[in-house]
Amino acid sequence: MAEKKTDLIIRFGGEGGEGIISSGDMVAQAAVRSGLEVLTFKTFPAEIKGGYAMYQTRFAHDKILSEGSGFDVMVAFNQEALELNKKFLKEGNALIYDYPGGDITEEQNIPGVHCYPVPMSKISKEDIGNYRSKNMVCMGAVAELFSISMEQIRGTIQSKFGKKGADIVEMNFKALDAGRDHVRSNIKKTDSYKMDSGKTAENTIIISGNDAVGLGALMAGVQYFSAYPITPATEVAYFLARHLPKANGNLVQAEDEIASIANVIGASYAGLKAMTSTSGPGLSLMQELIGMASMMEVPVVICDVQRGGPSTGLPTKHEQSDLFLAAHGCHGDAPRVVLSPEGVEDCVYLTVEAFNIAEKYQLPVMVLSDGSLGFRTASMKKPDPSKLRLVTREKYEGNGGDFKRYKLTESGVSPMSIPGTPGGAYISTGLEHAESSAPRYTADNRTAMMDKRFKKLDNLEDFFQPTEADYQDGAEIGVIAWGSTIGVAREAVNEARAAGLKVSALYPKLVWPLPLKAINKFIGKHKKILIPEVNKQGQLAKLITGETGCVPISYTIYGGMPFTPAMIAEKIKEISK
Amino acid sequence: MTTTATEPLKSKDYKSEVPPTWCPGCGDYGVLNALLKSYADLQLDINNTVMVSGIGCSSRIPYFVKTYGMHTAHGRVLPVASGVKVARPDLEVIAFGGDGDGFSIGGGHVPHVARKNTDITYIVMDNSIYGLTKGQMSPTSPLGMVTSTTPYGVPDNPLNPLSFCLTYGATFVAQAYSSQGKVLTDLITKAIKHKGFAFIDVVSPCPTFNKVNTFDSYKGHVEDVPADHDVTDVNAAIKLANQSRAEGKVLTGVFYQVEKPTLLDRLGEIRKKAGGSADFDVNSVINGYVP
Repeated sequence: MAEKKTDLIIRFGGEGGEGIISSGDMVAQAAVRSGLEVLTFKTFPAEIKGGYAMYQTRFAHDKILSEGSGFDVMVAFNQEALELNKKFLKEGNALIYDYPGGDITEEQNIPGVHCYPVPMSKISKEDIGNYRSKNMVCMGAVAELFSISMEQIRGTIQSKFGKKGADIVEMNFKALDAGRDHVRSNIKKTDSYKMDSGKTAENTIIISGNDAVGLGALMAGVQYFSAYPITPATEVAYFLARHLPKANGNLVQAEDEIASIANVIGASYAGLKAMTSTSGPGLSLMQELIGMASMMEVPVVICDVQRGGPSTGLPTKHEQSDLFLAAHGCHGDAPRVVLSPEGVEDCVYLTVEAFNIAEKYQLPVMVLSDGSLGFRTASMKKPDPSKLRLVTREKYEGNGGDFKRYKLTESGVSPMSIPGTPGGAYISTGLEHAESSAPRYTADNRTAMMDKRFKKLDNLEDFFQPTEADYQDGAEIGVIAWGSTIGVAREAVNEARAAGLKVSALYPKLVWPLPLKAINKFIGKHKKILIPEVNKQGQLAKLITGETGCVPISYTIYGGMPFTPAMIAEKIKEISK
Repeated sequence: MTTTATEPLKSKDYKSEVPPTWCPGCGDYGVLNALLKSYADLQLDINNTVMVSGIGCSSRIPYFVKTYGMHTAHGRVLPVASGVKVARPDLEVIAFGGDGDGFSIGGGHVPHVARKNTDITYIVMDNSIYGLTKGQMSPTSPLGMVTSTTPYGVPDNPLNPLSFCLTYGATFVAQAYSSQGKVLTDLITKAIKHKGFAFIDVVSPCPTFNKVNTFDSYKGHVEDVPADHDVTDVNAAIKLANQSRAEGKVLTGVFYQVEKPTLLDRLGEIRKKAGGSADFDVNSVINGYVP
C-alpha cells in the first residue's frame, strides 16, 4: 500500500552527543550507496554537550537543490526534540519516537500523523547492553519502515567501524537488527512513505561543504594553509591538516587570524599557492592585511564560512551577512574579489576558481560560504582533477633588464618576481609605491597605481562564468539570489512556475565586484526584482542599488536559519499580485 | 644561503640606491652598516635573501638593501616572515622592526615564533620610543619618562625584550648596541647562522624624540656579557637579562644559544608521517569520499 516516493526528508532530533548526527550521516551514506541523491542539513547548539541537535537528510532521484521546506518523517530521540518539532508535523507525516523506556513518557497520538513508538533506549540498554547503540536501533527501525537498504547501511557500518574491530561492527549490526525486528513484530506501517532505491551509484561521492572547499584548494594546488580555529569554518582546516602534508604542503595553526593571513601572504609572496579559512569575527581581524595583500598585489585565497554576527552573535547558526565586510571591509580603496558558492559542488569548483582569479590578477579572493552550507553534506559527481583549468601567476623569469615589479600595464597585472629569481629583487610593500616598488606619494603616481590595481577587476565577467541566468518568457518578476540561498530560490522558482506564475532568476556566483553586464541586462528585462537573503540589511540588494540605481524588493530573514523554498515561493506569489 | 661567487661581494654591493630616511644621528644607521658587513661576511645571496619588516622608522630598512624584501603591516612582521620561511626553507629570512612594532602591537606573535622555534632571525632596533609617529611612549620606555602621550611620565613598567624572548623558548637571544659596529656585525652573523629562532635586541638610540635613553646616557654602561656566563643555561640568561637592566647596564653579546628542533624540522616530520610525496594524487583523497 505504500507508494514510492522520490523525494523524502527524514529529520532526527535529540540531545547533542546522543548520536543524532551519526544516525543522519549513516542514513545519508547508505542512501548514496543505493544510488540516490542526498543533501543533509544540521543545526546544533554552541555548547559541546547537551542542547537540542537536529540532523535532517533529504533523498531523491534527481539533483537536490536545498534542504527543503519541512520534513516527512520525524525521529525524536527525546522529549525536547518532540516538543520542538510537534508544531511542524503535517497531516500524513510519520513520527518515530523513543517509547517506552526513554525520555519520552507519554504515548503519542497526534491526529493525522502516523506515530510509531520504538523503544530505542530500552532495546539498546536491555537487549544490546550498550546505551550508545541507541542510534543504531533507531536506524534499523527507520530502514525497515521506509525501505532503506539494510545492506547498504551494513556496508557503511563496516567501512566506518571496521578499523575499530569486529566486535564493534558486530555490536552495531546486532543493534540494527534489533531495531528492524522490533518494527517487524510490533508496528503496522500506516504512512505512505517508502524510499525507492535509485540507479546504481557511480562516480558519486558524499562530502560536506567545508571539506569540499578543502578539496577544491587541494585540486587547485594549494601548498600552504594557515588558520585559527573558529566555528563553522574549522573543518576546512581539519581537511587540509589531514591531506595537505601528503601533497608535501604545510599547514600552520596560527596564534590568531591576523597571523594566519600574514603567514599566507608571506607564503604566497615566496611563490606558493596559499590560503586561509575563517568565519566573520576572524574576517574582521584580517581586513588590514587583506588590504595589504591588495596593495602588495599578492595572490591569497580566504574562505569565510559565514555565521550570525555581529560580535560573537550566533556562532553555530546560519547567516549571509559578511558580504559588506568582504566587499568593503578595509581601510582605503582595496580591490578584492568575492565569490559565493551555491552548494557543495560549487564549494569545490569555486574554490579552484578563487585560486585561478587570485593567481591571474594577483589580489585577494574570498570564498563566502556559510554555516549551513559548510556543515551540509551532499552527494556530487566525483570531480575529475585532470579536467580542471588551473591558472598560475605571471612570473618574471629573470632574463635581465630593468625589472619593475609594479609595472603599469594594460591589464593592471605585472609579472611577479619570486625570491630566488636573479635580477628580480624588489620590496613588496603596503606603502604606495612607484613601478620599481620604492615608496612614492606623488599625486600622479598614486592615481596611476590606484587605477592599475582596480583595472584588474574590469574583465572578471570574461575570465569565468560568474552568473547563471534562468529567464522565462514574459516574466515580470526576476529573482536574484546569492550563496546558499540560490538552491532554495531555484526550488521556489520551480514551485512558483508550477503554480502558473512567470518568473525569471539570476544567480551570481561572483558577488563583488558585481557582474554588472549580467545584472543590468536582467534588471532591464523585469519590472520587479526580488532579492531574498539571510541578513538584516539586505546587503546584496543594497550593493545592487548602489551600482545600478535599481531598488529591488529586499526580502530578508535573520533568525539564524536559512530560507525554505516555500517562504520564497510565497513571496513571489505575494508580489505577483 | 651562501654562495661562492668568483668576485666576493663587499658590503657596499648590498646597498640599494634608496637613501635611508632616518634622522641624522639615528642609531639605526649603525644597524644598517653592521648588517651590510655581516651580509658580506656571510656572502649572502642577494636573490635568496628576504628581509621582512613591520612598521616604524627601523622597518624601512629593507628598502635600503638590495635583497628581496617585504615592508608589511604594523606588528605583523613575524607571521609574514614565518610564512615566507615555511614556504621556502631555501631562503634566508631576516625580520626587522622596532620595540613598539615588536612588543606592543606585535607582542602577541613573539611567543609563538619563539616556541615554534621558527627558523628566522629577528632584529629589533630598540629606541624605547615611537619615532615615526613622533615620540610616544613604547613598551620599553623607562618608567616616568615624559613623552608626547605621557606628559606626566610613563606609568607602566618597561618590558624586557630579552627575558620575554627567553621565557618563550627562543633558541638564540642576544643584545647589542648600535654604535658597536664590530660586535653587532658578529652577532648578526651568528644569529643568521643559528638554526632556529634568533633574536637580537639592538639598543639603538633615537636622538630626535628620546631625550632619556641617549648615546650619552649609555656611556660607561655598555659592557660585554660576562665571559663566564653559560649561554646554554636559560635561567642564568633570564637572571642576567633582568639584573643588568635593573642596574641600568647594556650587556652586549649572546645571552642564550642552544640547538633544538625547529618548526621546519617538525613540519618535515609531519609530512613524513603523512607520507608526503611529489607524486601525490588528489584522486586518492576524492576516493575517500565514496560512501
